[in-house]
Amino acid sequence: MRDLILSTATRFLLPLFLTFAVFLLLRGHNEPGGGFIAGLVAAAGFALYSLAYSPAKMLRLLRAGPRALIGWGLLLAVASGLPATAAGKPFLTALWTRLHLPGLLDLKVGTPLAFDVGVFLVVIGVVLTVVVALQEEED
Amino acid sequence: MTALPLAVLSPFALAAFAPWAHARLKHRAGWLLAVLPALLTAFFGWLMPSAAAGAPASFGAPWMAGTGVMFSFHADGLALLFAVLITGIGTFILIYAGGYLKGHPHQGRMSAFLLLFMGSMLGVVLSDNLITLFVFWELTSLTSYLLIGFNHEQERSRRAALQALVVTGTGGLAMLAGFLLLGASAGSLELSEIVRRGEQVRSGALYVPVLVLVLLGAFTKSAQFPFHHWLPNAMEAPTPVSAYLHSATMVKAGVFLLARLSPVLGGTAAWEASLTAFGAATMLAGAALAVVKTDLKQLLAYSTVASLGFMVMLLGIGSPYAVKGCLVFLTAHALYKGALFMVAGAVDHEAGSRDASALSGLRRAMPFTAFAAALAGLAMAGLGPWLSFIGKELALEAVLKGGSPWLAGAAVLTSASFAAVAGITGLRIFAGAQPQAPRKVHEAPVSMWLGPLWLAVQGALLGPLAGKAGEFLSPAASSVLGRPEEVKLALWHGANAALGLSGLSLALGAVVYAGWDRVRRAGRLGDTALKWGPDRLYDLSMDALTALARGQTRIVQSGYLRYYLLAVVLSVMALAGHSLYSRGEQPVMQPSVPVTPYGAAVALMIVASAVAAVLLDTRLGAIAALGGAGGGVALIYVMYGAPDLAMTQFLVETLTIILFVLIIFKLPRFARLSRPWSRVRDGLISLAAGGMMAYLSLVALHVDLHPPISSYFAENSVPAGYGRNIVNVILVDFRALDTLGEISVLGLAGLGAYALLKLRLAGGGDR
Repeated sequence: MRDLILSTATRFLLPLFLTFAVFLLLRGHNEPGGGFIAGLVAAAGFALYSLAYSPAKMLRLLRAGPRALIGWGLLLAVASGLPATAAGKPFLTALWTRLHLPGLLDLKVGTPLAFDVGVFLVVIGVVLTVVVALQEEED
Repeated sequence: MTALPLAVLSPFALAAFAPWAHARLKHRAGWLLAVLPALLTAFFGWLMPSAAAGAPASFGAPWMAGTGVMFSFHADGLALLFAVLITGIGTFILIYAGGYLKGHPHQGRMSAFLLLFMGSMLGVVLSDNLITLFVFWELTSLTSYLLIGFNHEQERSRRAALQALVVTGTGGLAMLAGFLLLGASAGSLELSEIVRRGEQVRSGALYVPVLVLVLLGAFTKSAQFPFHHWLPNAMEAPTPVSAYLHSATMVKAGVFLLARLSPVLGGTAAWEASLTAFGAATMLAGAALAVVKTDLKQLLAYSTVASLGFMVMLLGIGSPYAVKGCLVFLTAHALYKGALFMVAGAVDHEAGSRDASALSGLRRAMPFTAFAAALAGLAMAGLGPWLSFIGKELALEAVLKGGSPWLAGAAVLTSASFAAVAGITGLRIFAGAQPQAPRKVHEAPVSMWLGPLWLAVQGALLGPLAGKAGEFLSPAASSVLGRPEEVKLALWHGANAALGLSGLSLALGAVVYAGWDRVRRAGRLGDTALKWGPDRLYDLSMDALTALARGQTRIVQSGYLRYYLLAVVLSVMALAGHSLYSRGEQPVMQPSVPVTPYGAAVALMIVASAVAAVLLDTRLGAIAALGGAGGGVALIYVMYGAPDLAMTQFLVETLTIILFVLIIFKLPRFARLSRPWSRVRDGLISLAAGGMMAYLSLVALHVDLHPPISSYFAENSVPAGYGRNIVNVILVDFRALDTLGEISVLGLAGLGAYALLKLRLAGGGDR
């Protein structure tokens, strides 16, 4: 079901979706957002692309297979808990460090961010796995 | 003493090394691997004096703190007797297996399994903690499964392996329950502690359940009637395995357990009655079945069953005489039966047959093997002045003194069967002028006659050296009897009644031996009757189990989504409804937040969408209506300050619609297929479920089970989590482990959906 309007619009929409997803992901700790929501937004963007073009094209754009994304996301989430274990604290305890460049940047970075990225990847992976499987069945 | 656990664990470590050794050294690796058990034998022998002095070596490390489960070992006399047998015989088994399986592609696997088994068995006999013992006990079942099923390409091997696992595993579970009850009754899980509290256990209310459960474990492991059938079937295993597990060691684990617990559970009428009854039944069944077989291994296997029955019966009698007889018999049996099994394997290997009726005259071709067989055969018959002769005398005397005449008769018949089997396996196939075998016979390689010869010579030497043997067995007898006991053995007990019975049994055995052809013909009739024996019962019960599983799957897994949904909804209603009803909480009817006109409008929209979703005749319309309801809920989240929830809700609604769009074209045209009454039923259930959830929400508003934790999160979000968005801080920091679990489930659900769709695509679905 190729549709000129949809496919043209999607080319502009997908970057917007993805930018918004990253925005949601990064602001999530302080403002509404976070890995789960960001993952849904990104997945919606890719799903739209998959509808407008084809699953194969979407996968080419995604580069990684959606099922592999689930694995990588889970791995990242688990790995984000390990530094705490190594430091002798309970697994998944948040560890923070402060990036400070005077005048430029004052940022706290911690393992929860890595964890949230893991959640982000899992959500994208799951949604796209189902979308692709359903779409492929269509053919 | 740290060396004790290390000794138990060392075979496990060596097992990892075994395949590598075989890859390098081929069949010669057996000699190298045997060094460890040889050293262990010396080590356990070296510990014996301390056990005899009443200060056995022990080791304990906490395992599960607070539950009384310890990783503890205790090397008393009984444990060391078994440990020496396990490692001593194991040494020669490893060498033997190297020769027996020469050229086999999986030699390394066999040696590794044998070593794993050796470690497990050492764990069983040396464990002080009941739970540790149980773990090692199960490990012996598992390794035995691997060993019996070594030739896994053969259906018969797989069946035998599974049968052994099922029978001993079931018994093991019963035993675990028995152990837990025993621990509760004695107030400790440490055997060294429990044996001191025998009185407390025997007079406790749990005595009978403990006894029954522990006996189930011991009887299945030691192949007591009616669980004996797995042992002859286990002869599918390669002969080194049969020689090691199914004659000398593993099958004696049950006897070991009974001996170990006899100071605790023994001495009561129930103990004596059950052990002597089952022991005698096993003894007679094994003795009768042995002499009608022609396969060397089957002959030996059934006579092993009979021997195990004999030992159990002696423990049941429980007098000092009987215990001593049991221990001497056990040691002698391990030596001669291990030797005879290895001889049978060597004959099979060299002559190409195990059929005792088709073999004869092998003496000239296989002189060393024949000599070992003769020594071991004399031991089994109780004829030579060997250790087994002493054991038989003691045993018969114990039966005469402590048992009934019936038991004495049974013991004589069993001994007669032993004599006949010994004659057939140790004498008949080697005697005769002309070699008779399917192929040209040569002597077995040294690796294959060294073991049987060594074991047989040991058994023979221990007769004249009876004093030494007695010293060796004294600590074990003390452990079993629960008090210091000296074993004084002598070869000559004088011309007493026991000697008379012994002579009688030999005469009977000679008659059976002479008329073996006729006995076998008679036995064939019995075989027909035995088709309905326990082996058949096992098959029937396994079939019944599969049928039950299939039946309940057919009922529970209908394959229709609607029935699964019905089951889920109805169960939730039943559980939640019951708890709502029994708690009797009142719903909150006063709104906790002001109702605005917008709110009311959105609520109306949700209700209208829901009604529309039910009534609409098109799929797309119904989906859109559902989306409307979801969007309305999201709007309510927005109004009452939950932006994260609102965003998630909107996105999920969006994606749901995308997914629906993807499948909607593949669905058949919309039609009303269900009957009116089932629609009415579904409607009623839906209304009830929805109504109950609404009621539950209203009740939940004022039920505070615990002081709310939300204030903690609100206060600590910024200082501890460095984030102002409490929802996100909870998700990725405070409750990160929960989230990890959730995304794991999410990932699995995605993979599951993928698998289901792909299976359907591949045409694998049958619906």
